[in-house]
Amino acid sequence: MAALTAKTAEADIGVLRFSTAGSVDDGKSSLIGRMLYDSNSVTSDRIEALERAARRKGETEIDLSLLMDGLTIEREQGITIDVAYSYFATPQRKFIIADTPGHEQYTRNMVTGASTADAAVILIDARRGMTLQTRRHLYLSHLLGVAHLVIAVNKMDLVAFDQKAYAAIARSVEEFTRAIGAERFYLVPISAKFGDNVVHGSARMPWYEGKPLLALLETLPPAILTHHSPFRFPVQLVQRLAAPGGGQIRQYLGRVESGRVRRGDEIAILPGGRTTRVRAISTFEGALDHAEAGKSIALEVDDEIDIGRGDLFSAPLLPARVDRQFAATVCWFADETFTPAARYLVKCGTRTVAARIAEIVHRLDVATLASEPAPETLKCNDIAKVSIALASPLAFDAYDENRATGAFILIDADTNATVAAGMIAPREDAVPTPAAAGFDAGL
Amino acid sequence: MNAGSIRISNATKHMDSTDIPPLPPAPSSGAPAPSAARQLEHLESEAIFILREAAAEFSNPVLLFSGGKDSTVMLRLAEKAFRPGKFPFPLLHVDTGQNFPEVIEFRDRIAQELGERLIVRTVQDSIDSGRVRLKSASQSRNALQTVTLLDAIAEFGFDACIGGARRDEEKARAKERIFSFRNSFGQWDPRYQRPELWSLYNGRLDRGEHMRVFPLSNWTELDVWRYIERERLALPSLYYAHERPVAVRGNILLPVSDLVPLNDDDAIETRIVRFRTVGDISCTLPVESNAATVEQIVAETLNASLSERGATRLDDQTSDASMEERKRVGYF
Repeated sequence: MAALTAKTAEADIGVLRFSTAGSVDDGKSSLIGRMLYDSNSVTSDRIEALERAARRKGETEIDLSLLMDGLTIEREQGITIDVAYSYFATPQRKFIIADTPGHEQYTRNMVTGASTADAAVILIDARRGMTLQTRRHLYLSHLLGVAHLVIAVNKMDLVAFDQKAYAAIARSVEEFTRAIGAERFYLVPISAKFGDNVVHGSARMPWYEGKPLLALLETLPPAILTHHSPFRFPVQLVQRLAAPGGGQIRQYLGRVESGRVRRGDEIAILPGGRTTRVRAISTFEGALDHAEAGKSIALEVDDEIDIGRGDLFSAPLLPARVDRQFAATVCWFADETFTPAARYLVKCGTRTVAARIAEIVHRLDVATLASEPAPETLKCNDIAKVSIALASPLAFDAYDENRATGAFILIDADTNATVAAGMIAPREDAVPTPAAAGFDAGL
Repeated sequence: MNAGSIRISNATKHMDSTDIPPLPPAPSSGAPAPSAARQLEHLESEAIFILREAAAEFSNPVLLFSGGKDSTVMLRLAEKAFRPGKFPFPLLHVDTGQNFPEVIEFRDRIAQELGERLIVRTVQDSIDSGRVRLKSASQSRNALQTVTLLDAIAEFGFDACIGGARRDEEKARAKERIFSFRNSFGQWDPRYQRPELWSLYNGRLDRGEHMRVFPLSNWTELDVWRYIERERLALPSLYYAHERPVAVRGNILLPVSDLVPLNDDDAIETRIVRFRTVGDISCTLPVESNAATVEQIVAETLNASLSERGATRLDDQTSDASMEERKRVGYF
């Protein structure tokens, strides 16, 4: 049996996911290119291709931003298509970069990149200071619960590596992060073009005492302490197996999204509310006494209860909320505006239920952080506080408390498009709504 | 409970045997760094989660299995996701008819050992039925697989094809979703992809549409080799260093085969090579390497100076956008 004091699994999974956002002008592609190049993550054939491109243009230095070069269709149309993922590793960590462009679908792209990010790397042009886009990215990253806001003040070479210019930007960043309620941020003065403070330090900015950007990213503490949250296990799939002595064994397949589970633990099955005990925990490698957040496992329980995909196994003393409505912040992605008559589906965890937007409470202006009175409808890039009514009960948590059980997507039931992403608000924010009724059956 | 797992053959010295790899009992590259071990656990758990989502969200999924290293990793992940149960999907190989014989033997043997159903559809069938017309007898059949794949999807009514493609392989793949939507013509449109947030994959489809599902999206070539090392997975021997007659053309090496047209000034030499990617003979190129064990390949990949497809795939060299063009019409 495992001791009660069993060591908590390593929270640092050795992977850091970070998002970047911005336009080409910010030097974002150059920065990522520089990180890849100076950490020896670029293969020689790709460097040769860059050298050939430089020679064709008659330039003496290679353009590292071309490492992030896009698709033909993007070059033809001068646009960047949503999120591109790239990967590199140092001996300390594997990095997954979600690079999101800042064109017309900026909210959708930034939110998508931020949804899985542990850190956001936000670029500011040292000559221009904070822009609307910087504020948007900071705000959305904070809204999505990204643990670490890292602001890289780029193009320091173009302001003569001046500490005063940097300090002025630092003050404006501090003001804004305080306004949005972000507790802390990291700030690094860099030159992506020349490599100052990207991978290596900078002799030209001796006044900067912090770490270069990559060293900072290598040492950021683990983002989400899901191990300390109450146990949550959304059932993905039920598997029926022949029992050795005849009969059937049912295994519930899924991933521990937070907390931990031990053999013998009592669990609540939500939204139904029955409780039972964990009889067995297993993986391909064999039986386990316990499993921690992040692990994909198979569970067996003591009682014969009707359990299916979409049920949420939950710590019985700290259970998830069960309700047919919730308040949430949504980011609207679709080109089509929201229509009250449309049929929507909420996918939260592994459960998909019919839903409608009962009320738009207010719209948020990301530039001014002001709440605007409830608009008639929602259009692409809008962020709004809404109240959602569900056709059947759902088990969930507030997003602030649990990303895995507090996040949802909204699917248009007719077009199958993912039209919005949402984060469930804490209970005290709940907006009273009329009882869910009038749903079109047969979804 | 591991009865159906991929068995590793006993160590053998025969480099050209299909029973490779000769895995020594003690890793020579040393245990992976703690960080690397944690990375693999994270990637594995994510891939298992994605496989189970695919099994739950689709009524008739299929797992693409070619006998290559990525799809062999996919089989181990499917075992981890579903054993001791059967896989909730059959395996499908789209065979160009011009694959390395030992890879085909490996494919059949592994499917049999796993006790899972393997469906094979060949480009030759598509040629015979007139669905594919060759421009010349020596044309590479690689891109032609698309027609055969889409025909197989229609024949069996598959609504999801689970594949081992990775985003780090190619820039068109870098922009692809984990659940990647295909319209009723099997086409990928990079401009109209569904936003994909958290682990909430939208698997909803209308009739005739299907999804491609990529559980290895966040893996790199190094991750794949480290996983093969950790899991002691058997692979076709041509992934490991061996002597092979090759045609030397500039800085690339071509396998000597009836299927590979040679130029007059190609020099035929015997070199010690291995394959980093394995596919249709006409477009898969070996690289010089002495890495004869998985540990040596991990070490070599750590210091790799060439990108995986850079010197190994003829199909990606015809133009800068080759993969993008093929993907848009339905290639995997």
